[in-house]
Amino acid sequence: MTKRILLGVAATALVIVAAYADFYVAPTERTMGLIQRIFYFHAATAWAGEMVFFVCFVANLMYVWKREQKYDWLGVTCAEVGVACITIVLITGPIWAKPVWGIYWTWDARLTSTFVLWLLYISYLLLRTLIEEPSRRALLSALFGIFAFLDVPLVFFSIRWWRTQHPAPVIMGGQGSGLDPTMKKVFYFNVLAMHIFCAFLIVERYILEKLRHDVDLLQREAEVQ
Amino acid sequence: MKNLDSVFAAYIVGWAVFFGFFLSIVRRTSALAAEVDRLKNSIRPKG
Repeated sequence: MTKRILLGVAATALVIVAAYADFYVAPTERTMGLIQRIFYFHAATAWAGEMVFFVCFVANLMYVWKREQKYDWLGVTCAEVGVACITIVLITGPIWAKPVWGIYWTWDARLTSTFVLWLLYISYLLLRTLIEEPSRRALLSALFGIFAFLDVPLVFFSIRWWRTQHPAPVIMGGQGSGLDPTMKKVFYFNVLAMHIFCAFLIVERYILEKLRHDVDLLQREAEVQ
Repeated sequence: MKNLDSVFAAYIVGWAVFFGFFLSIVRRTSALAAEVDRLKNSIRPKG
């Protein structure tokens, strides 16, 4: 319990410091102005969301291989946390896009693949509500989760493979890309803060899933009596 | 200060989603913890 509280306090402190850095430490971008500050929150949340989906993918693979419940719990936990992250990405992106592009949304490669990613993991969560039998639910959702993860590399590479509306990458974008050194430090700090915040959410959500399992066991025990 | 309202809107809406999600975890966890206690008491009644 103490470790959970410490993780929660550390995660909250980090995201507060990160938000302060976004507004007061990072310099104002020359062409976009203030609106570019959304980048630190938007992109850091996207990176954290994709990392959470990667953990979900590993948990899904491990479930198919080992058939241990803890991997099923981790899979559903990460799917929910990842959906929360991508929901934020899909909200903050259009808020940033409107003043810069003149439109909230366009069906370009990055935006569409991100929206499909969100739909895939919403489907993963819905699928779980449709199957009653626990081991069948765990196996089918793990297989679907492995399939859903195939979209993550597509999201990542979409702005490298296709030049559409979304800007080209400024991090790991090859020659001609890059960020001001202070912007880069602020961005990486945001990435760190968001990953730790997501780790905190994963721990809390995992405990919920474990409790759900305990309730199922106790209900069965009560039925036998 | 152009677009400052949009920047704040993005941060506020974004954190509202995280806060709402965290709140839903807390609510569901406390409901399940209460259910665990109830079931334990019904299986092993006192006295």
